[in-house]
Amino acid sequence: MKRIKTITTRDMAKSQMTGGCGECQTSCQSASKTSCSVANQHCEQRKDK
Amino acid sequence: MIHQYKLNDYYIVVDANSASVHSVDEVAYDMIGIIDAAIPSDRDAAEILGRNDIRAEITADLSVKYNVDVSELLDVYDELKALNKEGLLWSVDIYEDQAEDLKLKQSVLKAICLHVAHGCNMDCEYCFAGKGEYSGKSGIMSLEVGKRALDYLVENSGSRRHLEVDFFGGEPLINWDVCKELVRYGRELEKKHDKIFNFTLTTNGVLIDDDVIDFTNREMGNVVLSLDGRRETHDRMRHAKDGSGTYDRIIDNFRALVDSRTEEGAERRSTEYYMRGTYTAYNKDFCSDVLAMADMGFRETSIEPVVSDPDVPYALSSEDLPLLFEEYEKLALEMLEREKKGEGFSFYHYTVDLTGGPCIYKRVSGCGVATEYLAVTPTGDLYPCHQFVGDDEMLAGNIYEGITHPEVVDIFRGKNNLYTRDKCRGCWAKLYCAGGCAANNYHSNGDINKVYKFGCELHKKRIECALMMAVARSEE
Repeated sequence: MKRIKTITTRDMAKSQMTGGCGECQTSCQSASKTSCSVANQHCEQRKDK
Repeated sequence: MIHQYKLNDYYIVVDANSASVHSVDEVAYDMIGIIDAAIPSDRDAAEILGRNDIRAEITADLSVKYNVDVSELLDVYDELKALNKEGLLWSVDIYEDQAEDLKLKQSVLKAICLHVAHGCNMDCEYCFAGKGEYSGKSGIMSLEVGKRALDYLVENSGSRRHLEVDFFGGEPLINWDVCKELVRYGRELEKKHDKIFNFTLTTNGVLIDDDVIDFTNREMGNVVLSLDGRRETHDRMRHAKDGSGTYDRIIDNFRALVDSRTEEGAERRSTEYYMRGTYTAYNKDFCSDVLAMADMGFRETSIEPVVSDPDVPYALSSEDLPLLFEEYEKLALEMLEREKKGEGFSFYHYTVDLTGGPCIYKRVSGCGVATEYLAVTPTGDLYPCHQFVGDDEMLAGNIYEGITHPEVVDIFRGKNNLYTRDKCRGCWAKLYCAGGCAANNYHSNGDINKVYKFGCELHKKRIECALMMAVARSEE
């Protein structure tokens, strides 16, 4: 029986090498307007792929 | 640093510094808790995990407690050790020292919130924009100001291609002709400067007609439609000028717009939209309002806690948190149930993209207020964001002269990031929330770096729910 299951998440350290293009959506331009939500934004580079 | 929580019968462990998520069983959960208590800081984790005496003691104790063979527990222990080595558990924070540099990547403007109308055809009780007029400074944006604002955006966007413009207010549809002209102007600028404009319309829905539906669905990348959920909830706060409720005036308009936007084969730029509500002390059972929107057939939902003075009757307070937490949990569970039945819908804060989400630059830098995002008033004044409009001390400049108050923008540059927030540095949720809303911090505590505690607690709960949903989906 497997007691530990790691959910696949983005490799943050690697994202430092490839990220920072700034093409992603500005957080407040979507639906919140009164609270900062960042984790639910999409990476524009990954979206294109 | 790790965070452990149980939700919906799942045992979940979040590693703060890598944003990793683990779903474990009760025994592993217990073991992780015991090891965590023995680790003074993440830098000591590898050493502690490598000690055979600790390994033997913990596994022997748990073997008795859970009646599990020690050899099996030794394997679990070693698996945790391997996760630590891979940087997925008790990982060391490698970003704090470079946070200022990461933030400085946010150096060019890429989004503006265009306040095309400081005025509104409604009179919502909780409006943070002072009934749409922002401290009495009412006005309608002229086409000339709007065009100059788009020019300003392009001029200051450097090599960024994707630019965003939100038609906001007040109510932008009272200045609809200018919105349409500005979209057309934006399309000209796209060709001329090799840019891509993504326009968003945020509206209360009263003036939606066939022309608005047609143009919006062809041209706007996103539409945010203000609906608070159930009729009684909506009508209690969202009034017409005569004080009457507005639900019946807007609901069919919203339905028509969304139906047309999502219809198969329709000519449109995007199917994206959000039904966006606000909840207050009058509807602490807001889960019912989100479900009411879903029951009406709206598949993209969002609801936010009201931001208000603490002394207004509809204000939410920290005493409400336990009840609000329950509502967020209830919503997450119901969404999972509906997904199983093929009736799923999305809730803005629960659509966390674990694999395709933002890079570390964005997570450390936050929302981009003042650095890559500005609000433009009807007369062309620039503010760090829409929530600062009307705060005289936050006036940053104007679209003709640019930033005339660099000291305002400087507040939000390098020294404003995830690690400059007093409570964020040591928070398990930091890489999921990116430091919260600077405006909420400022308006509640007078300092953009002093965390708005109430909003922070709710956000952590929403992140817990969202991650639990990801875990639940991974089990299917």
